[in-house]
Amino acid sequence: MNGGGETHHFRRLVAIWLVLAVVLDVVYYFVVGPHVPPGTLTSTASGAQFDFNVLFLIAFPVVLAVWVYWAYALIVWRGSRAGAVEPEGGAKARGHLGIQIGWITTTTVIVIGVFIFGTVELVVPAGAGGGEGPDPIWTPTSHNVLPIQVIGQQWQFTYRYPTFGGFETRQLMLPADTTVAFHVTSLDVIHSFWAYQLGVKADANPSEDNVAYTTTKQPGAFTVRCSELCGLWHGAMYNFGRIEPKAQFFVWAQSTERQNAANTKDLPPFAYTYVPDANGANGAYYPDNVDPYSKVETYGATSPGK
Amino acid sequence: MAIDTRASISAEHSGDARPPARSPRRRPGWLGPHAGRALVGAIGGYAFGHWIGNVIASGYPHVQGSGQNDVAIVLGLSIGVAGWLAGAGMLDYPLAKIAGREPLPPAPSKSWTRYFGPALDHKVIGLQYTVVVLLFLFTGGLLAMAIRTELLNPTSHVFGPGTYIAVVGEHGTIMMMMASSIVIGPLGNWLVPLMIGSRRMAFPRVEAFSLWIFAAGYLVILTALPLGGFPTGWTGYAPLQTQATGGMDAYLVGFAVIGIGMICAGFNLLATIINYRAPGMSWGRVPIFVWSILATAALLTLATPTLVAAGLFGVFDRTAETAFFVNEHGGSSYLWQNLFWFFGHPEVYIMALPGFGIVAEIFPVFTRKPLFGYRIAAAGMVGVALLSFFVWQHHLFQSGINPDMRPLFMLTTELISIPTGFIFLNTMGTLWKAKIRYEVPMLFALAMGFNFLIGGISGVFLSDVPVDVTVHGSFFVLAHFHYTIMGGLVFAFFAGLYYWLPKMTGKMMDRRLGKWHFWTMFIFFNLTFFPLFFVGLLGQPRRVFEYAQNLQTLNDLSSVSAFFLGASFLIFVFNFVRSMFLDPKPAPANPWHSLGLEWQTPVPIPPYNFPRIPVVLADPYHYGTTDSQVVADLGPQTLSLAGAVASSTPSAVASHTVTGEEGSADPRPPFA
Repeated sequence: MNGGGETHHFRRLVAIWLVLAVVLDVVYYFVVGPHVPPGTLTSTASGAQFDFNVLFLIAFPVVLAVWVYWAYALIVWRGSRAGAVEPEGGAKARGHLGIQIGWITTTTVIVIGVFIFGTVELVVPAGAGGGEGPDPIWTPTSHNVLPIQVIGQQWQFTYRYPTFGGFETRQLMLPADTTVAFHVTSLDVIHSFWAYQLGVKADANPSEDNVAYTTTKQPGAFTVRCSELCGLWHGAMYNFGRIEPKAQFFVWAQSTERQNAANTKDLPPFAYTYVPDANGANGAYYPDNVDPYSKVETYGATSPGK
Repeated sequence: MAIDTRASISAEHSGDARPPARSPRRRPGWLGPHAGRALVGAIGGYAFGHWIGNVIASGYPHVQGSGQNDVAIVLGLSIGVAGWLAGAGMLDYPLAKIAGREPLPPAPSKSWTRYFGPALDHKVIGLQYTVVVLLFLFTGGLLAMAIRTELLNPTSHVFGPGTYIAVVGEHGTIMMMMASSIVIGPLGNWLVPLMIGSRRMAFPRVEAFSLWIFAAGYLVILTALPLGGFPTGWTGYAPLQTQATGGMDAYLVGFAVIGIGMICAGFNLLATIINYRAPGMSWGRVPIFVWSILATAALLTLATPTLVAAGLFGVFDRTAETAFFVNEHGGSSYLWQNLFWFFGHPEVYIMALPGFGIVAEIFPVFTRKPLFGYRIAAAGMVGVALLSFFVWQHHLFQSGINPDMRPLFMLTTELISIPTGFIFLNTMGTLWKAKIRYEVPMLFALAMGFNFLIGGISGVFLSDVPVDVTVHGSFFVLAHFHYTIMGGLVFAFFAGLYYWLPKMTGKMMDRRLGKWHFWTMFIFFNLTFFPLFFVGLLGQPRRVFEYAQNLQTLNDLSSVSAFFLGASFLIFVFNFVRSMFLDPKPAPANPWHSLGLEWQTPVPIPPYNFPRIPVVLADPYHYGTTDSQVVADLGPQTLSLAGAVASSTPSAVASHTVTGEEGSADPRPPFA
């Protein structure tokens, strides 16, 4: 036979695979696992880290099963090897019912398992930080949810705090140990609000309110980047935010509300979506000879002065 | 097996009983249809269309206000494409028919000039396609070099943001257009009739049309750059699309044009595979590559119309001020996302299945074993094709639309990995106790398996909604689909090219240079794209020109490797030019000792492939049996082939097949 019997090859393969898979999984879990992005700043970030780790622990043995087999085959059954014999064809080489059924069963079990795991991890943590549209079906259990509006426009994010008179800032501040609902919308094109260390991502669609939940844990800094191509300065559309202890956050929020009171009066009243006008759409929808405040073009919007 | 196929041939030629056609006026050769005349037609058509557009729309308020006339650009490009097609002679036949004349089909030409004009021979068209897709590939590759140059440094810039975003969009779009046809066009058209024992494609004129309109798409998408580029990337999301400048029109028209070509290529291949199989070529004997082309052609035919329709909506939004994609005016920006990805996800498998087919076709030849699990391979390809229509919303996981549908699309996306996994079962089963020959095609096929596994497993991460919250729209996605498309399809394409070029051109590619090409491409491909998984995990979104300082090392590793990856293609070009033109080495008829029907033909293959329709006796995977059968009865003189195939010295196979002279004994075109 070609370098040993069938079971001989099979046992050797399983042994190599088992050792490598166990070693890789254990090393990964203890050495890499705790440092996997996006970190542990919020509930959704730790959730994502946990999901990454579980998927990696499943993926390594699968990848190794294929690679170990290929490496073994490419070395042991190379045609240039001394004593290589002509392979056998015939029905046995064309298929093996047991192997085929085993393969399909195994892959199906893995896939269904990954699906059930993913669904639980999506539904239980209230959408896992992803945008759930205007009517979220998976909502947090907490009754104290801080709503914060994220407004994307070319090419910056601004944030409105309806709880504090609807003031608007360019720096996202969050209280620690609080469930937050991000209401993400856009004034022009599609953006995507990606608060990387928070484990939150939600597209900002014009005229749509896209809600994403997370629960902050300890204080810390995070980055917000636009992750949907939105035109010329997409690459420069980022800013930074902080999670502050609750008391500090409330001091900041109330003082900002007071400081910005005059500006807030000039803003459109807080709403979940905004129809773009000359202020919001960057002028892009309105060529120079079109009056952005005519009844036809703005669907009844009035200019800030009126 | 004395089955008389004369009846079927004469039935095919029953049209010959017509009275002889009126001879058309002879024109000098340079006036006839060819690429140069097509280019003149394209430029003239563009100028004419642009003028018409200015006449129609220059008075419109939005045109005067913006100084940009999208109507003129769209009409210019559309009529330019029509001019290109007219110049290439694509309208000669239908116009002559309308005029009541009976056009003569061109006589089969042996001159090299036949590669620059319209052809009805699927082998000529296949080689023309090869050149055009390589043009796409190298153009897109140069743009990729430009992107990686910009990303060498996180904050100092080579390009302005506008140029950078135009380059990114152009790279993505050109590569997607290329990848949708890179196997279907060159190898699909060239091989399918030979593999199924047909003298031609079902619709040779449609085949020529699909090639020439594909080439027109290349010119249209190139015009996007002088028109200012488009800022949307290859996905063209509205409403950014609606506010973009003139290059966007080139994107929309270009994709529609390419889409029409894809539909034509798709249904032509479908019709050919279903109807033109030789006697005895039952579904259980069809080569696995043909199964993959069948599944791909079905996707091309069924998915691409959505793209063409979406492109038309976009054109209307930009020219006639409709509001299909404008939320504030009653449209929806989700509509473009849905239409685009309803095409776009089957498109992803259009870019994967032919690669599977090539790999599954090559493995048995270089392992000297039958393909393991033929039925499961065919079922897997059909299964992937079917499921691919039910997964598109995983591109919209964070968009806010239909959150209740997410578990369903997570399930369908993960289910598709089951039939995709069959290809690994086939290759692994075929490797079991094989006798592996490390020829260049086999190396590329093995690398395809290696790369596609990484691409596929990372796809499962993306399909998991909670994990997708982090990786969606990041460099992780980018690395994932470069692993499947470039690492999978492009590697498979080169496997196929090295494997079939000796038959296509009659010349062998240099083995040493081929191995140099392989190793440099394989190593630097992985060094380019593997770091990008980490770049994405560490928070870098796609299509940005500025990134965090701490990601510079990984980005630089990727960039430098990308330059070497680009250089590896130069080895291929050098090898190709040297082996084909400078120092050609004639190829034996069957250099790899394959049992495939296409290898049982002489080199060069005569026009119309087979002097008579072969009778297929077995599938092409009878390796390793002592009672080897002949693959097909190619004619009376080939019956002595029995028993010669398994030992398969190339000369034995070649000497028993019909010669070119006998092949041209029946030069009547079957599509007169």
